[in-house]
Amino acid sequence: MNDTNPRTQAFTRAQLRRRRAQSKAFEYFCSGVTGLAVVVLALLLYDIFMDGYRWVDAQFLNSFPSRFPEKAGIKSALVGTLWLVGFTAIIAIPTGVLAAIYLEEYAPKNRLTHFIEVNIANLAGVPSIVFGILGLAIFVRFFGLGRSVIAGALTMSLLILPVIIIAAKEAIRSVPSSLRQAAFALGATRWQVVRAHVLPSAMPGILTGVILALSRAIGETAPLIMIGALTFVAFLPSGPMDEFTALPIQIFNWTARPQETFHELAAGGIIVLLAVLLLMNALAVFIRYRGSKQ
Amino acid sequence: MAELSAKKTRWNEWVLEKLFFFCAFVSVITTAAVIFILLEETLTFFETVPVLEFLTGTRWTPLLEPKHYGILPLVAGTMLIVIGAAIVALPIGVASAIFLSEYASHRARSIIKPILEILAGIPTVVYGYFALTFITPGLRVILPDTQIFNAASAAIVVGIMVLPMVASLCDDALRAVPASLRHGGYSLGATSFEVTTRIVVPAGLSGIFAAFVLAVSRAIGETMAVTLAAGATPNLTANPLESIQTMTAYIVQVSLGDTPSGSLTYQTLFAVASVLFVSTLMLNILGTWVMRKFREVYE
Repeated sequence: MNDTNPRTQAFTRAQLRRRRAQSKAFEYFCSGVTGLAVVVLALLLYDIFMDGYRWVDAQFLNSFPSRFPEKAGIKSALVGTLWLVGFTAIIAIPTGVLAAIYLEEYAPKNRLTHFIEVNIANLAGVPSIVFGILGLAIFVRFFGLGRSVIAGALTMSLLILPVIIIAAKEAIRSVPSSLRQAAFALGATRWQVVRAHVLPSAMPGILTGVILALSRAIGETAPLIMIGALTFVAFLPSGPMDEFTALPIQIFNWTARPQETFHELAAGGIIVLLAVLLLMNALAVFIRYRGSKQ
Repeated sequence: MAELSAKKTRWNEWVLEKLFFFCAFVSVITTAAVIFILLEETLTFFETVPVLEFLTGTRWTPLLEPKHYGILPLVAGTMLIVIGAAIVALPIGVASAIFLSEYASHRARSIIKPILEILAGIPTVVYGYFALTFITPGLRVILPDTQIFNAASAAIVVGIMVLPMVASLCDDALRAVPASLRHGGYSLGATSFEVTTRIVVPAGLSGIFAAFVLAVSRAIGETMAVTLAAGATPNLTANPLESIQTMTAYIVQVSLGDTPSGSLTYQTLFAVASVLFVSTLMLNILGTWVMRKFREVYE
Protein backbone atom coordinates (compact mmCIF):
# COMPACT_ATOMS: atom_id res chain seq x y z
CA MET A 1 0.00 0.00 0.00
CA ASN A 2 2.38 2.70 -1.14
CA ASP A 3 -0.27 5.12 -2.15
CA THR A 4 1.21 8.58 -2.59
CA ASN A 5 -1.57 10.05 -4.67
CA PRO A 6 -2.97 12.88 -2.50
CA ARG A 7 -6.44 12.34 -3.83
CA THR A 8 -6.65 8.80 -2.55
CA GLN A 9 -4.50 9.36 0.52
CA ALA A 10 -7.58 10.40 2.44
CA PHE A 11 -8.72 6.81 2.30
CA THR A 12 -5.74 5.04 3.85
CA ARG A 13 -6.60 3.22 7.04
CA ALA A 14 -4.72 5.60 9.34
CA GLN A 15 -6.33 8.61 7.71
CA LEU A 16 -9.74 7.08 7.95
CA ARG A 17 -9.28 6.26 11.61
CA ARG A 18 -8.15 9.82 12.30
CA ARG A 19 -11.08 11.33 10.49
CA ARG A 20 -13.52 9.08 12.28
CA ALA A 21 -11.98 9.95 15.65
CA GLN A 22 -12.17 13.63 14.79
CA SER A 23 -15.80 13.26 13.85
CA LYS A 24 -16.64 11.38 17.06
CA ALA A 25 -14.79 13.99 19.13
CA PHE A 26 -16.76 16.75 17.43
CA GLU A 27 -20.02 15.02 18.19
CA TYR A 28 -19.08 14.62 21.87
CA PHE A 29 -17.98 18.24 21.97
CA CYS A 30 -21.29 19.51 20.61
CA SER A 31 -23.38 17.35 22.90
CA GLY A 32 -21.20 18.28 25.88
CA VAL A 33 -21.62 21.98 25.18
CA THR A 34 -25.37 21.52 24.89
CA GLY A 35 -25.32 19.69 28.19
CA LEU A 36 -23.67 22.79 29.62
CA ALA A 37 -26.87 24.77 29.01
CA VAL A 38 -28.79 22.20 31.00
CA VAL A 39 -26.23 22.36 33.81
CA VAL A 40 -26.46 26.18 33.90
CA LEU A 41 -30.23 26.05 34.22
CA ALA A 42 -29.95 23.50 37.01
CA LEU A 43 -27.31 25.59 38.80
CA LEU A 44 -29.40 28.72 38.55
CA LEU A 45 -32.50 27.07 39.94
CA TYR A 46 -30.51 25.29 42.66
CA ASP A 47 -28.72 28.48 43.73
CA ILE A 48 -31.97 30.42 44.01
CA PHE A 49 -33.85 27.64 45.72
CA MET A 50 -31.16 27.07 48.35
CA ASP A 51 -30.93 30.82 49.05
CA GLY A 52 -34.60 31.48 49.37
CA TYR A 53 -36.73 28.46 50.21
CA ARG A 54 -36.61 29.08 53.98
CA TRP A 55 -38.35 32.42 53.52
CA VAL A 56 -41.27 31.29 51.42
CA ASP A 57 -44.18 30.75 53.79
CA ALA A 58 -47.62 32.17 54.50
CA GLN A 59 -46.14 35.05 56.44
CA PHE A 60 -43.91 35.99 53.47
CA LEU A 61 -46.87 36.00 51.08
CA ASN A 62 -49.01 37.93 53.52
CA SER A 63 -46.74 40.73 54.73
CA PHE A 64 -45.86 44.14 53.38
CA PRO A 65 -42.22 45.04 52.72
CA SER A 66 -40.33 46.05 55.83
CA ARG A 67 -36.95 47.29 56.99
CA PHE A 68 -36.80 44.18 59.13
CA PRO A 69 -36.21 41.11 56.99
CA GLU A 70 -38.06 38.83 59.40
CA LYS A 71 -41.24 40.85 58.94
CA ALA A 72 -40.87 41.55 55.22
CA GLY A 73 -43.12 40.02 52.62
CA ILE A 74 -44.37 40.35 49.08
CA LYS A 75 -48.09 40.98 49.61
CA SER A 76 -48.18 44.40 47.95
CA ALA A 77 -45.85 43.22 45.16
CA LEU A 78 -47.91 40.14 44.38
CA VAL A 79 -51.20 42.03 44.42
CA GLY A 80 -49.64 44.83 42.35
CA THR A 81 -48.48 42.30 39.74
CA LEU A 82 -52.01 40.85 39.57
CA TRP A 83 -53.51 44.31 39.01
CA LEU A 84 -50.90 45.11 36.40
CA VAL A 85 -51.30 41.87 34.46
CA GLY A 86 -55.09 42.07 34.69
CA PHE A 87 -55.24 45.49 33.09
CA THR A 88 -52.52 44.62 30.60
CA ALA A 89 -54.57 41.61 29.52
CA ILE A 90 -57.74 43.70 29.15
CA ILE A 91 -55.91 46.23 26.95
CA ALA A 92 -53.44 44.11 25.01
CA ILE A 93 -55.36 40.91 24.20
CA PRO A 94 -58.26 42.45 22.23
CA THR A 95 -56.01 44.97 20.48
CA GLY A 96 -53.42 42.34 19.56
CA VAL A 97 -55.85 39.69 18.38
CA LEU A 98 -57.94 42.16 16.35
CA ALA A 99 -54.76 43.54 14.77
CA ALA A 100 -53.75 40.00 13.82
CA ILE A 101 -57.21 39.36 12.37
CA TYR A 102 -56.93 42.50 10.29
CA LEU A 103 -53.47 41.64 8.97
CA GLU A 104 -54.34 38.03 8.11
CA GLU A 105 -57.98 38.22 7.04
CA TYR A 106 -58.73 41.77 5.90
CA ALA A 107 -55.59 43.62 4.86
CA PRO A 108 -55.08 44.15 1.14
CA LYS A 109 -51.61 43.26 -0.13
CA ASN A 110 -50.29 46.79 -0.48
CA ARG A 111 -47.45 48.95 0.76
CA LEU A 112 -49.29 50.12 3.88
CA THR A 113 -49.89 46.53 5.02
CA HIS A 114 -46.28 45.64 4.34
CA PHE A 115 -45.18 48.72 6.27
CA ILE A 116 -47.34 47.75 9.27
CA GLU A 117 -45.94 44.20 9.25
CA VAL A 118 -42.32 45.35 9.09
CA ASN A 119 -43.06 47.89 11.79
CA ILE A 120 -44.46 45.24 14.13
CA ALA A 121 -41.41 43.03 13.58
CA ASN A 122 -39.13 45.96 14.41
CA LEU A 123 -41.12 46.93 17.49
CA ALA A 124 -40.65 43.40 18.81
CA GLY A 125 -36.90 44.06 18.86
CA VAL A 126 -36.97 47.44 20.60
CA PRO A 127 -35.40 47.19 24.09
CA SER A 128 -38.01 47.15 26.84
CA ILE A 129 -36.44 50.15 28.54
CA VAL A 130 -37.27 52.30 25.49
CA PHE A 131 -40.92 51.36 25.98
CA GLY A 132 -40.43 52.49 29.58
CA ILE A 133 -39.24 55.88 28.38
CA LEU A 134 -42.24 56.10 26.06
CA GLY A 135 -44.55 55.27 28.97
CA LEU A 136 -42.86 57.85 31.17
CA ALA A 137 -43.17 60.62 28.60
CA ILE A 138 -46.67 59.82 27.33
CA PHE A 139 -48.74 58.05 29.98
CA VAL A 140 -47.11 59.31 33.18
CA ARG A 141 -46.33 62.90 32.18
CA PHE A 142 -48.35 63.86 29.07
CA PHE A 143 -51.65 62.17 29.98
CA GLY A 144 -50.98 62.85 33.66
CA LEU A 145 -51.73 59.29 34.76
CA GLY A 146 -48.89 59.42 37.28
CA ARG A 147 -47.22 56.31 38.64
CA SER A 148 -50.49 54.42 38.47
CA VAL A 149 -51.45 50.84 37.69
CA ILE A 150 -53.08 52.00 34.46
CA ALA A 151 -49.94 53.83 33.28
CA GLY A 152 -47.96 50.64 33.93
CA ALA A 153 -50.53 48.48 32.17
CA LEU A 154 -50.64 50.74 29.10
CA THR A 155 -46.83 50.70 28.86
CA MET A 156 -46.73 46.93 29.28
CA SER A 157 -49.46 46.54 26.65
CA LEU A 158 -47.44 48.41 24.04
CA LEU A 159 -44.47 46.20 24.95
CA ILE A 160 -46.25 42.87 24.50
CA LEU A 161 -48.51 43.85 21.60
CA PRO A 162 -46.00 42.80 18.93
CA VAL A 163 -45.57 39.43 20.67
CA ILE A 164 -49.32 38.82 20.76
CA ILE A 165 -49.84 39.98 17.17
CA ILE A 166 -47.06 37.76 15.81
CA ALA A 167 -48.30 34.69 17.72
CA ALA A 168 -51.95 35.29 16.81
CA LYS A 169 -51.08 35.84 13.14
CA GLU A 170 -49.27 32.54 13.04
CA ALA A 171 -52.22 30.76 14.65
CA ILE A 172 -54.69 32.35 12.22
CA ARG A 173 -52.49 31.56 9.22
CA SER A 174 -52.46 27.87 10.11
CA VAL A 175 -56.24 27.64 9.72
CA PRO A 176 -56.79 25.88 6.36
CA SER A 177 -58.24 28.17 3.70
CA SER A 178 -60.75 25.50 2.64
CA LEU A 179 -62.61 26.29 5.86
CA ARG A 180 -62.93 29.92 4.86
CA GLN A 181 -63.90 29.16 1.28
CA ALA A 182 -66.64 26.78 2.39
CA ALA A 183 -68.16 29.45 4.62
CA PHE A 184 -67.85 32.15 1.96
CA ALA A 185 -69.52 29.86 -0.55
CA LEU A 186 -72.53 29.65 1.76
CA GLY A 187 -72.80 33.44 1.67
CA ALA A 188 -71.21 34.28 5.01
CA THR A 189 -69.69 37.73 5.40
CA ARG A 190 -66.02 38.12 6.25
CA TRP A 191 -66.71 38.79 9.92
CA GLN A 192 -69.04 35.79 10.13
CA VAL A 193 -66.31 33.61 8.64
CA VAL A 194 -63.76 34.94 11.08
CA ARG A 195 -65.97 34.71 14.14
CA ALA A 196 -67.56 31.34 13.48
CA HIS A 197 -64.71 29.46 11.81
CA VAL A 198 -61.28 31.07 11.82
CA LEU A 199 -61.19 32.21 15.46
CA PRO A 200 -62.42 28.94 16.98
CA SER A 201 -59.85 26.92 15.01
CA ALA A 202 -57.05 29.35 15.80
CA MET A 203 -58.00 29.70 19.46
CA PRO A 204 -55.50 27.23 21.02
CA GLY A 205 -52.61 28.89 19.18
CA ILE A 206 -53.80 32.38 20.07
CA LEU A 207 -54.25 31.47 23.74
CA THR A 208 -50.78 29.96 23.92
CA GLY A 209 -49.25 33.10 22.46
CA VAL A 210 -51.28 35.33 24.76
CA ILE A 211 -50.25 33.42 27.88
CA LEU A 212 -46.57 33.54 26.91
CA ALA A 213 -46.85 37.28 26.22
CA LEU A 214 -48.50 37.89 29.59
CA SER A 215 -45.81 35.89 31.35
CA ARG A 216 -43.29 38.19 29.71
CA ALA A 217 -45.22 41.15 31.15
CA ILE A 218 -45.05 39.59 34.62
CA GLY A 219 -41.27 39.31 34.48
CA GLU A 220 -40.45 42.69 32.92
CA THR A 221 -38.76 45.08 35.33
CA ALA A 222 -37.08 47.90 33.42
CA PRO A 223 -40.19 49.61 31.97
CA LEU A 224 -41.83 49.62 35.41
CA ILE A 225 -38.80 51.25 36.97
CA MET A 226 -38.91 53.86 34.20
CA ILE A 227 -42.51 54.80 34.80
CA GLY A 228 -41.71 55.01 38.49
CA ALA A 229 -43.41 51.98 40.02
CA LEU A 230 -42.53 52.41 43.66
CA THR A 231 -40.00 50.24 45.38
CA PHE A 232 -41.49 50.55 48.85
CA VAL A 233 -45.26 50.15 49.01
CA ALA A 234 -47.01 49.21 52.22
CA PHE A 235 -50.55 49.32 50.87
CA LEU A 236 -52.61 47.55 48.25
CA PRO A 237 -53.88 49.37 45.16
CA SER A 238 -57.66 49.67 45.19
CA GLY A 239 -58.17 51.04 41.70
CA PRO A 240 -56.40 51.60 38.36
CA MET A 241 -55.28 55.10 39.34
CA ASP A 242 -53.45 53.96 42.49
CA GLU A 243 -49.71 53.71 42.84
CA PHE A 244 -48.32 50.21 42.96
CA THR A 245 -45.29 47.99 43.07
CA ALA A 246 -44.72 44.66 41.35
CA LEU A 247 -42.93 41.42 42.08
CA PRO A 248 -39.85 42.02 39.85
CA ILE A 249 -39.47 45.53 41.29
CA GLN A 250 -39.48 44.14 44.82
CA ILE A 251 -36.92 41.51 43.81
CA PHE A 252 -34.74 44.18 42.21
CA ASN A 253 -34.98 46.34 45.32
CA TRP A 254 -33.95 43.52 47.65
CA THR A 255 -31.16 42.30 45.34
CA ALA A 256 -29.68 45.80 45.07
CA ARG A 257 -29.22 46.01 48.86
CA PRO A 258 -25.86 44.99 50.25
CA GLN A 259 -27.15 42.88 53.15
CA GLU A 260 -27.09 39.13 52.68
CA THR A 261 -30.49 38.65 54.37
CA PHE A 262 -32.22 40.83 51.81
CA HIS A 263 -30.62 38.75 49.05
CA GLU A 264 -32.29 35.72 50.60
CA LEU A 265 -35.60 37.58 50.60
CA ALA A 266 -35.01 38.37 46.92
CA ALA A 267 -34.43 34.67 46.28
CA GLY A 268 -37.71 33.95 48.07
CA GLY A 269 -39.45 36.46 45.81
CA ILE A 270 -37.85 34.87 42.74
CA ILE A 271 -39.13 31.44 43.78
CA VAL A 272 -42.67 32.82 43.90
CA LEU A 273 -42.19 34.64 40.57
CA LEU A 274 -40.80 31.54 38.85
CA ALA A 275 -43.62 29.44 40.30
CA VAL A 276 -46.18 31.81 38.79
CA LEU A 277 -44.39 31.76 35.41
CA LEU A 278 -44.06 27.97 35.48
CA LEU A 279 -47.78 27.63 36.13
CA MET A 280 -48.60 29.89 33.18
CA ASN A 281 -46.20 27.99 30.93
CA ALA A 282 -47.72 24.68 31.99
CA LEU A 283 -51.13 26.11 31.11
CA ALA A 284 -49.83 27.15 27.69
CA VAL A 285 -48.35 23.70 27.05
CA PHE A 286 -51.61 22.09 28.16
CA ILE A 287 -53.67 24.25 25.79
CA ARG A 288 -51.27 23.54 22.93
CA TYR A 289 -51.51 19.81 23.66
CA ARG A 290 -55.33 19.89 23.78
CA GLY A 291 -55.36 21.89 20.55
CA SER A 292 -53.05 19.50 18.74
CA LYS A 293 -55.19 16.50 19.73
CA GLN A 294 -58.33 17.88 18.13
CA MET B 1 -86.80 44.18 4.86
CA ALA B 2 -84.14 41.81 3.54
CA GLU B 3 -82.55 44.75 1.75
CA LEU B 4 -82.40 46.71 4.99
CA SER B 5 -80.71 43.94 6.95
CA ALA B 6 -78.21 43.42 4.13
CA LYS B 7 -77.40 47.10 4.29
CA LYS B 8 -77.00 46.90 8.04
CA THR B 9 -74.72 43.88 7.72
CA ARG B 10 -72.57 45.69 5.19
CA TRP B 11 -72.39 48.71 7.49
CA ASN B 12 -71.36 46.45 10.41
CA GLU B 13 -68.71 44.82 8.26
CA TRP B 14 -67.33 48.22 7.30
CA VAL B 15 -67.17 49.41 10.93
CA LEU B 16 -65.47 46.22 12.06
CA GLU B 17 -62.88 46.40 9.32
CA LYS B 18 -62.02 49.98 10.29
CA LEU B 19 -61.82 48.97 13.96
CA PHE B 20 -59.46 46.07 13.15
CA PHE B 21 -57.36 48.33 10.98
CA PHE B 22 -57.05 50.78 13.85
CA CYS B 23 -55.81 48.01 16.17
CA ALA B 24 -53.11 47.10 13.65
CA PHE B 25 -52.27 50.76 13.20
CA VAL B 26 -51.61 51.17 16.94
CA SER B 27 -48.17 49.67 16.30
CA VAL B 28 -47.39 52.38 13.76
CA ILE B 29 -48.57 55.05 16.20
CA THR B 30 -46.31 53.51 18.85
CA THR B 31 -43.26 53.70 16.61
CA ALA B 32 -44.10 57.25 15.60
CA ALA B 33 -44.53 58.23 19.25
CA VAL B 34 -41.19 56.65 20.22
CA ILE B 35 -39.37 58.48 17.43
CA PHE B 36 -41.14 61.79 18.09
CA ILE B 37 -40.49 61.78 21.83
CA LEU B 38 -36.86 60.71 21.56
CA LEU B 39 -36.22 63.27 18.84
CA GLU B 40 -37.93 66.15 20.60
CA GLU B 41 -36.12 65.81 23.94
CA THR B 42 -32.81 64.91 22.32
CA LEU B 43 -32.90 68.00 20.12
CA THR B 44 -33.62 70.16 23.17
CA PHE B 45 -30.68 68.47 24.88
CA PHE B 46 -28.43 69.34 21.94
CA GLU B 47 -29.27 73.03 22.41
CA THR B 48 -27.29 72.92 25.65
CA VAL B 49 -24.74 70.22 24.86
CA PRO B 50 -23.23 70.22 21.36
CA VAL B 51 -23.76 67.01 19.38
CA LEU B 52 -20.04 66.56 18.87
CA GLU B 53 -19.29 66.83 22.58
CA PHE B 54 -22.03 64.27 23.31
CA LEU B 55 -20.82 61.75 20.74
CA THR B 56 -17.07 62.11 21.22
CA GLY B 57 -16.66 63.19 24.85
CA THR B 58 -14.79 60.73 27.03
CA ARG B 59 -16.32 61.71 30.37
CA TRP B 60 -19.89 61.08 31.46
CA THR B 61 -20.71 62.80 34.77
CA PRO B 62 -24.18 64.34 34.41
CA LEU B 63 -25.00 63.79 38.08
CA LEU B 64 -21.77 65.20 39.55
CA GLU B 65 -19.91 68.53 39.33
CA PRO B 66 -18.16 69.33 37.06
CA LYS B 67 -20.74 67.96 34.62
CA HIS B 68 -19.57 66.29 31.42
CA TYR B 69 -21.81 64.86 28.75
CA GLY B 70 -19.63 62.57 26.65
CA ILE B 71 -21.41 59.28 25.97
CA LEU B 72 -18.31 57.24 25.08
CA PRO B 73 -17.84 55.71 28.58
CA LEU B 74 -21.41 54.39 28.45
CA VAL B 75 -20.88 53.08 24.91
CA ALA B 76 -17.62 51.43 25.98
CA GLY B 77 -19.38 49.83 28.94
CA THR B 78 -22.11 48.52 26.67
CA MET B 79 -19.57 47.20 24.17
CA LEU B 80 -17.71 45.36 26.94
CA ILE B 81 -20.95 43.57 27.88
CA VAL B 82 -21.78 42.84 24.23
CA ILE B 83 -18.35 41.39 23.44
CA GLY B 84 -18.29 39.30 26.61
CA ALA B 85 -21.80 38.03 25.98
CA ALA B 86 -20.91 37.18 22.37
CA ILE B 87 -17.86 35.21 23.51
CA VAL B 88 -20.12 33.16 25.79
CA ALA B 89 -23.21 32.81 23.63
CA LEU B 90 -21.86 32.39 20.10
CA PRO B 91 -19.67 29.27 20.34
CA ILE B 92 -22.04 27.57 22.79
CA GLY B 93 -25.09 28.60 20.78
CA VAL B 94 -23.70 27.38 17.45
CA ALA B 95 -22.40 24.12 18.96
CA SER B 96 -25.78 23.46 20.60
CA ALA B 97 -27.54 24.21 17.33
CA ILE B 98 -25.25 21.74 15.53
CA PHE B 99 -25.99 19.14 18.18
CA LEU B 100 -29.73 19.78 17.97
CA SER B 101 -29.97 19.70 14.18
CA GLU B 102 -27.29 17.14 13.25
CA TYR B 103 -26.83 14.73 16.14
CA ALA B 104 -29.67 14.84 18.65
CA SER B 105 -32.19 12.03 18.66
CA HIS B 106 -35.83 12.98 18.58
CA ARG B 107 -35.96 12.35 22.32
CA ALA B 108 -32.94 14.48 23.16
CA ARG B 109 -34.44 17.31 21.11
CA SER B 110 -37.74 17.06 22.92
CA ILE B 111 -35.89 17.46 26.23
CA ILE B 112 -33.44 20.19 25.28
CA LYS B 113 -35.79 22.45 23.31
CA PRO B 114 -38.10 23.06 26.32
CA ILE B 115 -35.07 23.67 28.56
CA LEU B 116 -33.90 26.38 26.16
CA GLU B 117 -37.43 27.81 26.20
CA ILE B 118 -37.38 27.90 30.01
CA LEU B 119 -34.00 29.65 29.96
CA ALA B 120 -35.41 32.18 27.50
CA GLY B 121 -38.47 32.79 29.66
CA ILE B 122 -36.66 33.54 32.93
CA PRO B 123 -37.05 37.26 33.77
CA THR B 124 -33.89 39.31 33.42
CA VAL B 125 -33.98 40.49 37.02
CA VAL B 126 -33.49 36.84 38.03
CA TYR B 127 -30.36 36.66 35.89
CA GLY B 128 -29.19 39.82 37.65
CA TYR B 129 -29.61 38.11 41.00
CA PHE B 130 -27.74 35.06 39.70
CA ALA B 131 -24.85 37.22 38.46
CA LEU B 132 -24.53 39.13 41.70
CA THR B 133 -24.85 36.24 44.15
CA PHE B 134 -23.32 33.37 42.19
CA ILE B 135 -21.13 34.39 39.26
CA THR B 136 -19.42 37.39 40.89
CA PRO B 137 -18.37 35.48 44.05
CA GLY B 138 -17.14 32.68 41.78
CA LEU B 139 -15.09 35.10 39.67
CA ARG B 140 -13.63 36.63 42.82
CA VAL B 141 -12.37 33.24 43.94
CA ILE B 142 -10.58 32.70 40.62
CA LEU B 143 -9.49 36.31 40.05
CA PRO B 144 -9.21 38.10 43.41
CA ASP B 145 -8.76 41.50 41.69
CA THR B 146 -12.35 41.44 40.50
CA GLN B 147 -14.46 44.28 41.83
CA ILE B 148 -17.84 43.51 43.44
CA PHE B 149 -19.57 45.14 40.50
CA ASN B 150 -17.83 44.16 37.27
CA ALA B 151 -18.46 43.87 33.57
CA ALA B 152 -17.37 40.23 33.30
CA SER B 153 -20.06 38.84 35.57
CA ALA B 154 -22.78 40.82 33.79
CA ALA B 155 -21.40 39.82 30.38
CA ILE B 156 -21.43 36.12 31.27
CA VAL B 157 -25.00 36.30 32.48
CA VAL B 158 -26.14 38.27 29.42
CA GLY B 159 -24.43 35.59 27.33
CA ILE B 160 -26.48 32.91 29.10
CA MET B 161 -29.56 35.03 28.55
CA VAL B 162 -29.16 35.36 24.76
CA LEU B 163 -27.92 31.78 24.34
CA PRO B 164 -31.39 30.25 23.80
CA MET B 165 -32.10 32.79 21.06
CA VAL B 166 -28.79 32.11 19.29
CA ALA B 167 -29.24 28.35 19.60
CA SER B 168 -32.80 28.32 18.31
CA LEU B 169 -32.17 30.72 15.37
CA CYS B 170 -29.05 28.77 14.34
CA ASP B 171 -30.97 25.50 14.72
CA ASP B 172 -33.62 26.86 12.34
CA ALA B 173 -30.91 27.91 9.87
CA LEU B 174 -29.19 24.51 9.92
CA ARG B 175 -32.42 22.55 9.68
CA ALA B 176 -33.37 24.56 6.61
CA VAL B 177 -30.40 23.02 4.78
CA PRO B 178 -31.91 20.20 2.70
CA ALA B 179 -31.01 16.62 3.61
CA SER B 180 -29.95 15.92 0.01
CA LEU B 181 -26.86 18.10 0.51
CA ARG B 182 -25.88 16.04 3.55
CA HIS B 183 -26.55 12.79 1.69
CA GLY B 184 -24.36 14.01 -1.14
CA GLY B 185 -21.51 14.58 1.30
CA TYR B 186 -21.93 11.23 3.01
CA SER B 187 -22.09 9.36 -0.28
CA LEU B 188 -18.69 10.82 -1.16
CA GLY B 189 -17.35 9.26 2.02
CA ALA B 190 -17.25 12.33 4.23
CA THR B 191 -17.54 11.98 7.99
CA SER B 192 -20.28 13.74 9.93
CA PHE B 193 -17.72 16.32 11.06
CA GLU B 194 -16.81 17.09 7.46
CA VAL B 195 -20.42 17.21 6.34
CA THR B 196 -21.30 19.57 9.17
CA THR B 197 -18.38 21.95 8.94
CA ARG B 198 -17.95 22.02 5.16
CA ILE B 199 -21.50 21.66 3.87
CA VAL B 200 -24.19 22.33 6.47
CA VAL B 201 -22.66 25.25 8.36
CA PRO B 202 -21.55 27.15 5.24
CA ALA B 203 -25.01 26.65 3.75
CA GLY B 204 -26.65 28.02 6.90
CA LEU B 205 -24.14 30.81 7.42
CA SER B 206 -26.51 33.66 6.66
CA GLY B 207 -28.90 32.43 9.34
CA ILE B 208 -26.05 32.07 11.81
CA PHE B 209 -24.87 35.58 11.05
CA ALA B 210 -28.39 36.93 11.48
CA ALA B 211 -28.66 35.16 14.84
CA PHE B 212 -25.40 36.78 15.84
CA VAL B 213 -26.59 40.27 14.90
CA LEU B 214 -29.94 39.88 16.67
CA ALA B 215 -28.18 38.55 19.78
CA VAL B 216 -25.89 41.59 19.84
CA SER B 217 -28.94 43.82 19.59
CA ARG B 218 -30.56 42.00 22.52
CA ALA B 219 -27.38 42.35 24.58
CA ILE B 220 -27.21 46.10 23.92
CA GLY B 221 -30.75 46.57 25.17
CA GLU B 222 -30.41 44.28 28.20
CA THR B 223 -31.09 46.28 31.33
CA MET B 224 -31.71 44.62 34.68
CA ALA B 225 -28.82 42.16 34.81
CA VAL B 226 -26.25 44.82 33.88
CA THR B 227 -27.77 47.32 36.31
CA LEU B 228 -27.47 44.85 39.15
CA ALA B 229 -24.15 43.24 38.33
CA ALA B 230 -22.02 45.68 36.30
CA GLY B 231 -22.27 48.73 38.56
CA ALA B 232 -22.91 52.41 38.07
CA THR B 233 -19.49 53.83 37.26
CA PRO B 234 -19.21 55.33 33.77
CA ASN B 235 -15.73 54.09 33.02
CA LEU B 236 -13.83 54.19 29.74
CA THR B 237 -12.01 50.91 30.22
CA ALA B 238 -11.40 47.62 28.47
CA ASN B 239 -10.86 45.74 31.72
CA PRO B 240 -13.87 43.48 32.31
CA LEU B 241 -13.03 43.08 35.99
CA GLU B 242 -13.80 46.74 36.72
CA SER B 243 -17.10 48.35 37.51
CA ILE B 244 -18.67 50.04 34.48
CA GLN B 245 -22.01 51.49 33.45
CA THR B 246 -23.98 50.69 30.33
CA MET B 247 -26.40 53.01 28.55
CA THR B 248 -29.37 51.07 29.89
CA ALA B 249 -28.02 51.05 33.45
CA TYR B 250 -27.60 54.82 33.32
CA ILE B 251 -31.24 55.25 32.32
CA VAL B 252 -32.32 53.08 35.26
CA GLN B 253 -30.05 54.94 37.67
CA VAL B 254 -31.54 58.30 36.73
CA SER B 255 -35.13 57.13 36.81
CA LEU B 256 -34.69 55.60 40.28
CA GLY B 257 -34.09 59.14 41.54
CA ASP B 258 -36.68 61.88 41.20
CA THR B 259 -35.82 63.85 38.09
CA PRO B 260 -37.97 66.90 37.33
CA SER B 261 -39.12 66.86 33.71
CA GLY B 262 -37.52 69.57 31.60
CA SER B 263 -34.20 69.44 33.47
CA LEU B 264 -31.02 68.67 31.58
CA THR B 265 -30.68 65.38 33.49
CA TYR B 266 -34.17 64.41 32.32
CA GLN B 267 -33.11 65.17 28.75
CA THR B 268 -30.01 62.98 29.02
CA LEU B 269 -32.38 60.01 29.47
CA PHE B 270 -33.78 60.63 26.03
CA ALA B 271 -30.43 61.37 24.41
CA VAL B 272 -29.00 58.08 25.70
CA ALA B 273 -32.20 56.23 24.80
CA SER B 274 -31.95 57.63 21.25
CA VAL B 275 -28.49 56.12 20.82
CA LEU B 276 -29.84 52.85 22.23
CA PHE B 277 -32.90 52.89 19.97
CA VAL B 278 -31.01 53.74 16.79
CA SER B 279 -28.28 51.14 17.34
CA THR B 280 -30.67 48.28 18.19
CA LEU B 281 -33.00 49.23 15.34
CA MET B 282 -30.18 49.25 12.82
CA LEU B 283 -28.92 45.87 14.02
CA ASN B 284 -32.43 44.38 13.91
CA ILE B 285 -32.98 45.64 10.38
CA LEU B 286 -29.56 44.30 9.33
CA GLY B 287 -30.32 40.94 10.96
CA THR B 288 -33.69 40.42 9.30
CA TRP B 289 -32.35 41.73 5.99
CA VAL B 290 -29.47 39.24 5.98
CA MET B 291 -31.84 36.45 6.92
CA ARG B 292 -34.15 37.26 3.96
CA LYS B 293 -31.59 38.33 1.39
CA PHE B 294 -29.01 35.60 1.74
CA ARG B 295 -31.28 32.71 2.53
CA GLU B 296 -30.29 29.97 0.14
CA VAL B 297 -33.29 28.80 -1.78
CA TYR B 298 -33.24 25.12 -2.64
CA GLU B 299 -35.55 23.40 -5.01
